[in-house]
Amino acid sequence: MKDDPAGAPRTVPVQSATFTSQVNAEIRRAAATGIYDIRGGGAKRKVPHFDDLLFLGASISRYPLEGYREKCETSVTLGTRFAKNPIKLAIPVTIAGMSFGALSGPAKEALGRGATLAGTSTTTGDGGMTEEERGHSKTLVYQYLPSRYGMNPDDLRRADAIEIVVGQGAKPGGGGMLLGQKITDRVANMRNLPKGIDQRSACRHPDWTGPDDLEIKILELREITNWEKPIYIKIGGARPYFDTTLAVKAGADVVVLDGMQGGTAATQDVFIENVGQPILACIREAVRALEDLGMHREVQLIVSGGIRSGADVAKCMALGADAVAIGTAALIALGDNDPKWEAEYNALGTTAGAYDDWHEGRDPAGITTQDPDLMSRLDPIEGGRRLNNYLKVMTLEAQTIARACGKNHLHNLEPEDLCALTMEAAAMAKIPLAGTDWYPGKPGTSY
Amino acid sequence: MHIFDLEAQGLRALNTTLQAQKNDTNQTVWEVLNPKGSHAIAVGLDAPIEVNVRGSTGYYCAGMNKQATVHVHGSAGPGTAENMMSGTVIVEGDASQYAGATGNGGTLIIKGNASSRCGISMKGIDIIVHGNIGHMSAFMAQSGNLVVCGDAGDALGDSIYEARLFVRGSVKSLGADCIEKEMRPEHLNLLTDLLARGGCAAKASEFRRYGSARKLYNFNIDNAY
Ligand SMILES: Cc1cc2nc3c(=O)[nH]c(=O)nc-3n(C[C@H](O)[C@H](O)[C@H](O)COP(=O)(O)O)c2cc1C
Repeated sequence: MKDDPAGAPRTVPVQSATFTSQVNAEIRRAAATGIYDIRGGGAKRKVPHFDDLLFLGASISRYPLEGYREKCETSVTLGTRFAKNPIKLAIPVTIAGMSFGALSGPAKEALGRGATLAGTSTTTGDGGMTEEERGHSKTLVYQYLPSRYGMNPDDLRRADAIEIVVGQGAKPGGGGMLLGQKITDRVANMRNLPKGIDQRSACRHPDWTGPDDLEIKILELREITNWEKPIYIKIGGARPYFDTTLAVKAGADVVVLDGMQGGTAATQDVFIENVGQPILACIREAVRALEDLGMHREVQLIVSGGIRSGADVAKCMALGADAVAIGTAALIALGDNDPKWEAEYNALGTTAGAYDDWHEGRDPAGITTQDPDLMSRLDPIEGGRRLNNYLKVMTLEAQTIARACGKNHLHNLEPEDLCALTMEAAAMAKIPLAGTDWYPGKPGTSY
Repeated sequence: MHIFDLEAQGLRALNTTLQAQKNDTNQTVWEVLNPKGSHAIAVGLDAPIEVNVRGSTGYYCAGMNKQATVHVHGSAGPGTAENMMSGTVIVEGDASQYAGATGNGGTLIIKGNASSRCGISMKGIDIIVHGNIGHMSAFMAQSGNLVVCGDAGDALGDSIYEARLFVRGSVKSLGADCIEKEMRPEHLNLLTDLLARGGCAAKASEFRRYGSARKLYNFNIDNAY
């Protein structure tokens, strides 16, 4: 509007809700560089999540247990279906697979130390098994990925379980990325690739396609390892009902289900934010698949993607999971994105909490890097202590909730202990909307 | 020589027995009868033994082999010698898809033809095929050598890294970032040795060499597919 000589009020500038300053900045960045944005971490957009569920607690019809005094068990056994040596963990919170290469050796060691103190497992990741992790992790799950970087029968045999990675929540249908900055001699050697090149791990397995092949692949892995090790199949939150069904059909002992909030070391932002379903929408579908096959609790379900607290753990278990896995939260416990490095985050053009350029290898906290100076900032013993503390707190929190719901074991939590705060969460988790006995799609209701 | 009847004694017993052989075993030669296309025959071996499989095998025969020589007197199903570390695998007949996939070392010799994705993601293995190979062979091949005395199918060496490909016959098409390269004396020497190891009569001079243009090594928008 033109200036009004009479001094009438002017329209105020209005920012578009569609073309936000962030959107516009990304358009300008794309126009200037010609390449999509690559970053680490999980989806940053807000999606229905565990915060949209609440526990009901005890009442006249539900008898609570005394906090601290009455026993509330937390252990979980994984791999009871076919493996000779199932894994027994003291707590149902495991450390998710994070690649060596993405993470430093000391970070892997810290994860191993912390998990071992807490009585749980860690998981290797793309790029193979390191001594740091095998040496410090009492229970180590060895990932079998499309890239097969570092894969060999000796490590397969010294693993405690094998996880066949079909997909990841952050990028169902996408392979891994490790950019040249992080490809040091050691990383290059382990992966059998030239130093300094941008590595793209394959998005599909090289020697099997489909569930029938997968069944035979599992037979081979079991034959190589004397049928000792539990075999997990990890899927991204794409089609959880069907993928869980097919994983069980192929012979999985354990299904690992990772929702879209799940972290990654490096992927296109467009992939992280736009592909896959939130974990909240996936758990009940996977459980339904297991129930339809008569396999719930026989094949264990581990879920992940944005798990932060004991409340999240308890909610996952109430929805039917046997255990959870954490990636991002474990890194934060070690010191990732700690405000104490704020000046350095600022120098990288970001701020504590938002730092996600993990692929660049310049992590001030020394976790997602291969730079010797930065790496040395993480003391693996102290890191392990912190992770153990955090895992303990998560467990105590989950127990607190379970006791309030009258449960003497975390795995006795059930959907009936929950209500949903939003229609979306109610529909996705198949949990009644608070104040009602209804959720969208509830059988026997018309809408 | 030890004879093992797979049909009568079962896969578990076969692999347990063969895997139990140590470096100093004196039970060095094994005959496996009645394979009848079974999967995962002689997988995870780790001793310098010789295993003769009398007939055709299913998926993943000799998977993750170390040290052993596994000789299939028939044709082999998908993923033969997958992720082999060392040793030798010989297939008298044809091999199905993904032969030698992700192999880290050792030698795979296929006397007949190999199907698609031969040498996919190979990481140091040497593969010598007397006949032809199918499409998408040497996809993302990282290192090692693939020798083909016959023809290669579509998209040979797509997204290849440092593996060397030698083809005597025609190549239907090359995959992304795979180009023909000069055959220098060191390559002729290497190939002569590979042909001898593979028991091929062909001459090194009859082959062409293919490898990576290395244009996809670091992201450049102008080279993206
Ligand atoms: C740094 C980093 C590296 C990862 N590397 C792998 C990997 O190598 N293989 C894999 O299956 N998942 C990988 N993931 C995904 C985790 O296994 C897990 O699915 C995810 O982190 C769970 O979600 P959360 O981070 O919200 O806890 C990685 C995640 C992070 C944060």
